[in-house]
Order: sequence, then structure tokens, then C-alpha cells
Amino acid sequence: MMRIAEALAAFKPHRGDAIVVPGRGGKFWVELTDAPHLDLPVGDPAMGGHAGFALGLALAQPNRKVVLFDSEGDILMSLGMLTTIAEQAPANFYHFLLDNEVYATTGGQPVPNAKNVKYDRMALAAGYPRAQAFDRLDDLDRALPEIMGRPGPVFVALKVYPEIENAPIGSRRRWNTRSRTQVVADLQGELGITG
Amino acid sequence: MSDASTTALSPEAVLAEMKKNGVSHIVWLPDSETNWLYLLMKAEPSLTLVGVSREGHACSIASGLAAGGARPMILIQNTGLQESGDSLRGWLLGMNVGLVMMVGYRGWTRHGVTTDTAATYTEPFINAYGLNYYLVENDADAPRISVAFEEAQKSKRPVVVLVGDEFHGFNR
Repeated sequence: MMRIAEALAAFKPHRGDAIVVPGRGGKFWVELTDAPHLDLPVGDPAMGGHAGFALGLALAQPNRKVVLFDSEGDILMSLGMLTTIAEQAPANFYHFLLDNEVYATTGGQPVPNAKNVKYDRMALAAGYPRAQAFDRLDDLDRALPEIMGRPGPVFVALKVYPEIENAPIGSRRRWNTRSRTQVVADLQGELGITG
Repeated sequence: MSDASTTALSPEAVLAEMKKNGVSHIVWLPDSETNWLYLLMKAEPSLTLVGVSREGHACSIASGLAAGGARPMILIQNTGLQESGDSLRGWLLGMNVGLVMMVGYRGWTRHGVTTDTAATYTEPFINAYGLNYYLVENDADAPRISVAFEEAQKSKRPVVVLVGDEFHGFNR
């Protein structure tokens, strides 16, 4: 297993000018990023939707890479989304999965069949042309140039340590300094999107 | 008034509204109100169809499309709208996405008693989320779709167009 922050740090040199949707890795990514106006740390608008949101971005911006850090709890809630992504097959879409095997934000209860699900195989079965799985940081580090250097869509499942939060949601540290509206407005400004 | 424009909603009229309002992507799950419309949408080069397997997915996909500068429209049935509650809350209302959700009004009737609970709960559901909506039953109503687009753009909120013509305009 690897820490989420370590996985994100390994990815960072390969980012280029990609749009990054950090998903539940947002609180770590905002500490690492050098291009916050190309990031969409929207938190958790509604569980299960990060993959769809990133797919929409990839379809709207086909000439720019879109990198998503999804979670296994989210993707389990929306497994059918894998088939939609595979059908659309955006070549600019890079789908990473942070699999900590638990619902970390609710105290660390296991997701269904947590130890036995092969998410990379699910992605392949849904029609992704490429999918890989890593549980060691050094293996991921070695593979990232090829992962990011080839066209998508690609699915990359990462085993990460659970970093569990037990404090009431209302009393947790607010890591996002920008509202969701501002995050989107900043991206649109960076990309020259108007109206 | 009993001419064709007041007895059925034609798919051509709906497609014309989509094009008039610059729709780029249709995020949709097929329903019995839009069967024939599929063939027209598929043949229209200005539209990209994004099929989903559960209607809530349409909300997050449309949210990403809008953030990326595209002009999506959602096309689902009222059953799926009711399934989509949390995604509608978070990915559309929570992200200030102004778009039109065209929703097949399964069970809608002007006559007798509605026995289909899909229809029974449709308008209470829409009202619970504070959404505005327009009923479209025939071609004479089609300009309401443009009204919905204008309202969605100004309000930065989803606006619903209920399609109350299940077995006439689209199923040929």
C-alpha cells in the first residue's frame, strides 16, 4: 500500500497542463499542486459522481488531458459509469482509483467485499482498453511515464492506506480555500471559457 | 384546434429546439417518450450523445460538461429523475449548473385518474427541489423549451421540461 499524498506526489511531475480532479485526494493535492487554476477540488458534491464529472470535462475539453483521482466507494456506487466512459473512450481521460478499502470519511467501515474486488479487471470488462493495478509506490513510479505518455482512457487502481476521519463533519479542518463556484470559474478563466 | 401541431409533439420540433439553443451534448437514458427522437439525434452532427445506465450519472456528467464549456442537455424519464435526487442536489444545484432537463412524464394524463405512481410523485419531487418546470404536450408547446433554456441560463439552475406525450409524437 501507499499513502495518498505519496501517490499524488509521484503523479505530479507527469501532470503537464492537465486538468486534475483530485476527488477525495483533494485535501492532499491542494498542498502539492503548482497549477491550482487547472484543478477542480470540488470536494464531494454527491457520492458516486466524480467519474462522471471528470468524463464531462474530458468530453468538453478533448485537447487537454483530464486526470481523475476517484475512490472505490464512489465507483462502487456508480459501476455503470465505467461502461459510459468506455463507450465514449476519451483519449484524454486518465482515471486513477484511490482504493483504501473503507469509507474513510464515515469512520473507516469496509466497503462491500473490500479485500477481494479487482477494480482494474472491472474496468477492462467494462471496455477500457487499458487498466493496471498497483499496491507499491515504486512500481507506480516506474509505470507513470508510460501511463501518462499514452492515450487514454486508462484505469489505474492504487491500493492506499486508509486515512480515516472520525471527527464530526462540521468540525473537520476545511482544506478547500475556494468555493466550488470559484473553482469552476478559475478553471474557465484559465481555459478562456466564456458565458 | 385539432391540427397536428396541437395533437402531438414531433421529434423534429424537439430537435429544432435543441439546435436553436446550441445544445452540444445530450446526456440521456432512453425512455418511451423519446424513442424516435434517438434516430434524429444520432443523425445530427452537431450533437454528441452520451448514454448512461442510471439517470443520476447524467447529472455529474452534465456538470463536468458545463464546467468545461460545453452546453449539455439531460434527457431522461420521470422515474429516473426521481432516482437522481442526490446527484441533482450535488452536481447540478450545488454546482450552479443552468441546463434543461427534458423529462418524459410517464403516466401523465389529462383524463380520468392517474394510476401510475411515476406520475403521481413527479411534480411533488420537482417542487421539493425548488425547480421550475414546463409541460410540453404538442408542437404548439415546443417554444416553451426555449423559454426553459433562457431561464436556466439566467438562473444557473436546472429547469425541467416535462414531456407529456408518451405514445404519440415519438413512437412511430
